[in-house]
Amino acid sequence: MPHSHDHDHTPIDAVDTSSSDTALLADALRLVLIDKGVFSARDVQEQLALMESRSDRNGAAMIARAWVDPDYKAALLTDGAAAAKTLDHDTKGTPLVVLENTAHVHNVVVCTLCSCYPVTLLGPSPEWYKSKAYRGRVVRDPRSVLREFGTEIDSDRELRVHDSTADMRYMIMPTRPDNTDGLTEEALAELITRNGLIGVAEI
Amino acid sequence: MMDHAFQLGDRVQVRDLETEEGLKGHMRAPLYCRGKTGEIERVCGAFGNPETLAYGGDGTPAQPLYRVRFKQIDVWPGYTGSWHDSIEIEVYQHWLRAA
Repeated sequence: MPHSHDHDHTPIDAVDTSSSDTALLADALRLVLIDKGVFSARDVQEQLALMESRSDRNGAAMIARAWVDPDYKAALLTDGAAAAKTLDHDTKGTPLVVLENTAHVHNVVVCTLCSCYPVTLLGPSPEWYKSKAYRGRVVRDPRSVLREFGTEIDSDRELRVHDSTADMRYMIMPTRPDNTDGLTEEALAELITRNGLIGVAEI
Repeated sequence: MMDHAFQLGDRVQVRDLETEEGLKGHMRAPLYCRGKTGEIERVCGAFGNPETLAYGGDGTPAQPLYRVRFKQIDVWPGYTGSWHDSIEIEVYQHWLRAA
């Protein structure tokens, strides 16, 4: 086969954790539970496929709809979980709070106690969201953390941090960029990034 | 379910049951907001009490849950951001008192 594919050949700079104590323990537990018939190997694969099928495009589609449809926007800000359902997205019974960025307020989400995150709407959370550095710093020095993401919030604009400590999940509604009047809903959704939906970036 | 004791806009202070009552349990109000005073931003409904859920209990009676808004300068003495800045935290009713 000709060697013309587009990946480069630099070494993958990641620690292989497949033989760590916790990984071995998880493997052993999985095998015992399959042996005992609690679930099957196929169940495990189906769950993995389901987890990988969730992506931030779900959340982006909801926000793009809100940008073009004032009624949907009002519904989304009132009851996020119900509004998700009308677009066939599911928050698995968990309430969703959607927070709108405005000229006066910019919102950002963190979970300081663990890593609560609306997985069904945003997909698996990024590694940095689970890091102690992000969780510890964004509550006490959010402007510096956002600056590291390239996001500068004017000092006369309120920066509002949301610590997701209990039963709510959060998604940010970024401000719709200027000069996007002619764009379709689908094209608008393509502008919306995961980081914008967490609040560490603007769109 | 416990009745709601607070309404939108009420001033509340976060209690610390671990020092007040020697609670040896699962108090999920973050350490950094304990003793701090803020304002009820939203009444979220009632949910299982995490103190008992964490130990295999059924979480009843359900506890009203609130979102409380604090000024950042009231939470962090050396806060260097804008004085406009705020932080909102979910806190269960039994971890709050009227302020």
